[in-house]
Amino acid sequence: MGLFILRRLGVMILTALCLTFIVFWLTNLGPNLEKLAKTQGNARMSDDAVVSWLANRGYSQPLPVKYGQWLGVLPGYVIEGTDGEVRARCATPGQPIEEASSFCGILQGDWGSSTVFKDEVSTIVGTRLGLTGKLMLAVMLVMVPGALIIGVLAGMREGSRTDRSLSTVSIVTTATPEYVSGVILIAALATKAFIEWDTIPFKGTATAAMDDANFENFFLPVITIALYGMGYIARMTRASMTEVMTAQYIRTARLKGVSFPKIVLKHALRNALIAPFTVIMLQFPWLLNGVVIVETLFNYKGFGWVLVQAAGNNDIELLLGVSIVSVFVVLVTQLISDIGYVFLNPRIRIS
Amino acid sequence: MEPLTWTGAVGAFLNPIFVIVVGLFVIALIAQLLLGFFAPAVTLQANPDGTLARRGGALGATETASKYLFLAVIALILVYLIAPMILPYGMVGIVGEISQRFLPVWIALIITFAVSIIYKRKLGLYGKLFDSTVGMIGFGIVMFWVFTAFFVGAFDWIATHDYLTQVSGLKNKTPGVAVPEGTVGDIPHYLLGGDNLARDIFSRVVSGSTFVIAIAPLATIFAFMVGITLGLPAGYYGGLLDTVLSFLANLILAFPVILLFYLLVTPEIVLTGIPSYMAAVLFVFPIIFFGVLLNSRYYTQPQKRTAILVPVLGILGWLYLSVINQKGTVINFLPEWMDLFDITILVVFVSVVFVNAPTVFRIVRGLTLDLRTRDYVAAAQTRGEGAWYIMLWEILPNARGPLIVDFCLRIGYTTILLGTLGFFGLGLSSESPDWGSTINEGRKLLLIYAHPALPPAVALLSLVLGLNLLADGLREESLKD
Repeated sequence: MGLFILRRLGVMILTALCLTFIVFWLTNLGPNLEKLAKTQGNARMSDDAVVSWLANRGYSQPLPVKYGQWLGVLPGYVIEGTDGEVRARCATPGQPIEEASSFCGILQGDWGSSTVFKDEVSTIVGTRLGLTGKLMLAVMLVMVPGALIIGVLAGMREGSRTDRSLSTVSIVTTATPEYVSGVILIAALATKAFIEWDTIPFKGTATAAMDDANFENFFLPVITIALYGMGYIARMTRASMTEVMTAQYIRTARLKGVSFPKIVLKHALRNALIAPFTVIMLQFPWLLNGVVIVETLFNYKGFGWVLVQAAGNNDIELLLGVSIVSVFVVLVTQLISDIGYVFLNPRIRIS
Repeated sequence: MEPLTWTGAVGAFLNPIFVIVVGLFVIALIAQLLLGFFAPAVTLQANPDGTLARRGGALGATETASKYLFLAVIALILVYLIAPMILPYGMVGIVGEISQRFLPVWIALIITFAVSIIYKRKLGLYGKLFDSTVGMIGFGIVMFWVFTAFFVGAFDWIATHDYLTQVSGLKNKTPGVAVPEGTVGDIPHYLLGGDNLARDIFSRVVSGSTFVIAIAPLATIFAFMVGITLGLPAGYYGGLLDTVLSFLANLILAFPVILLFYLLVTPEIVLTGIPSYMAAVLFVFPIIFFGVLLNSRYYTQPQKRTAILVPVLGILGWLYLSVINQKGTVINFLPEWMDLFDITILVVFVSVVFVNAPTVFRIVRGLTLDLRTRDYVAAAQTRGEGAWYIMLWEILPNARGPLIVDFCLRIGYTTILLGTLGFFGLGLSSESPDWGSTINEGRKLLLIYAHPALPPAVALLSLVLGLNLLADGLREESLKD
């Protein structure tokens, strides 16, 4: 078990390094840097001016060197620019170059600063993650119990009418991407397009929910994300439930004369929930997608919204920070799901 | 011209009936669902005289009621759809006119279903699809959009107006609005209203289907070619090859899709030529696939092999070169006369294939790992068949069931991805009528004008739902044998 976790951790770190390097490479491509220089410096810069602007700020160093500096394994640059000013990667504005530390990267906890928001990346990512965390928590509270109940109800009597209707519901929800369900839900519940509400029950934007989330402004974004994931988890739960319900020990329990509700709750449920656990964990990366779409649609300025802003404006350090966090989330949930699967499943755990 | 109402003059007396029947149907359905938990199930009882009797009770009664009410609902919907073909223009309102516009699609659907059901025993897995209700519904929805896309793309039939023409005064107008005198178009109304730029929403949605129906299956096929060509050897040989390829696949899968799209599908990245290089790599896989497929089969008969391989590889190679060769990008070396077509949205296409291929790879690898221990593989190995022959002619055909099901699901997923790209305005021009871009245009004023965003949303939902149902039906039917 220990060796297994260690190996997974090693692969995870290697994956994280590769992924951040790819993001780093893509954001540091020539045209992207040129755009950065023109938005940060002067939109009508000549090509020479762009080149010297980039060289003065350390952007023209070789890619591995830049990546090493950003990571914090190579000393940050100190460049005497063509305009005579000396700039150092690690010097905060106003700080003398000599006092600046020589290493400043992710490993030292220095995430750089955003060019669009004019703020530290760590602060931005921290606050926005908090907001998205609130959203995700609400989504999980709605999605997981809902999906498990639907899945168990559908799976306990395979082929019954309940099964068929609930399975159809879960197929419909998996076929509805967030930008479709969001639009339909807003039109139906936050405008008077379908129903002539006296007072419109829900808000079509969730901007107010960032400070003060209540049922009126938070319900629609939460239900939009939850619906898409719910169908998939419910189908997985159903599959594992039907499998368990045909097992020998369930038949034994039935022959013993145990009542049906008791069979479902005491004998079947625990074993049927092993597979959905991994599925729920693996849903996190997908939820991340949903979060980006929903936060854009409902104008909820959380992590997904920052991702869109950073990527749209080629805000290199913010984008790198955002991708580290999202890659980290994906990899950690994969790890947890693997370990959890081994841990929950006695057959694997003992061997 | 008077604006059209939703159901016109016919609706005036048909609508109340429809509402009552639907209401009763819903009540019966809920009653049935609730009774399903408590009431005893419907059973068959054998009578002493040898007949069977159905012991239904309350549950049986609701079941019968909901069945007949459902048939009544269907019949009423059919009246709404068929009546406008006979009645004069506008009598059945917007619903009727939309049904009238889709007339070629209805005819094509009826012919397809009639022919398929008659010959279903001779049509293999496709024929078996018509044994499952879910599969038939899914197939019907999918074919509805396929025919729509075909008739719009090939004959310009269904759309009522040009999807780019802006008519002044029709900005954000509600469905059924009459267009001013002298506007070019087949009918004097905007059936689903005007959008933010005063263009006809109905025409935009049906024109958008062409984009989705053309791109999504093609991108999925490419993703499958890549996934199969890499997944088979990874699963068959295992070892270092498997480790490296699996690591790469997991690497791509660990990327949040939207982040990947934002990084790949930008004008700056197109300038660097990365999408062109990626296209050059990804699109080579179909050539490898077909080359190896045919070579492994016929290499014992060199003459036949050469006769087949040369034309196939020649045509594929030419297609390959003209796909990757584009004016204004880094790969532009073919003379003008050899370049068959220019794909303007190459970057969209490439990134969708790129995102889908690793998942296909994982599925194929898993299936191969399972199938390579089978006896027929051992038999082929004993016969001395080559590794590629075993992979492509022994393992692949036996893995087709899950792959076909996944293919349907994946087209749906690709449709969702294309919609996502459009929703974020990535890679597609805002003029483009594809559903994602149209939803994106419509959502900006969603709280004031809800009608522009809804038709493309419903269209996308129905297509993906159809593909999901189709996959479900196929899975059910392929598990039966």
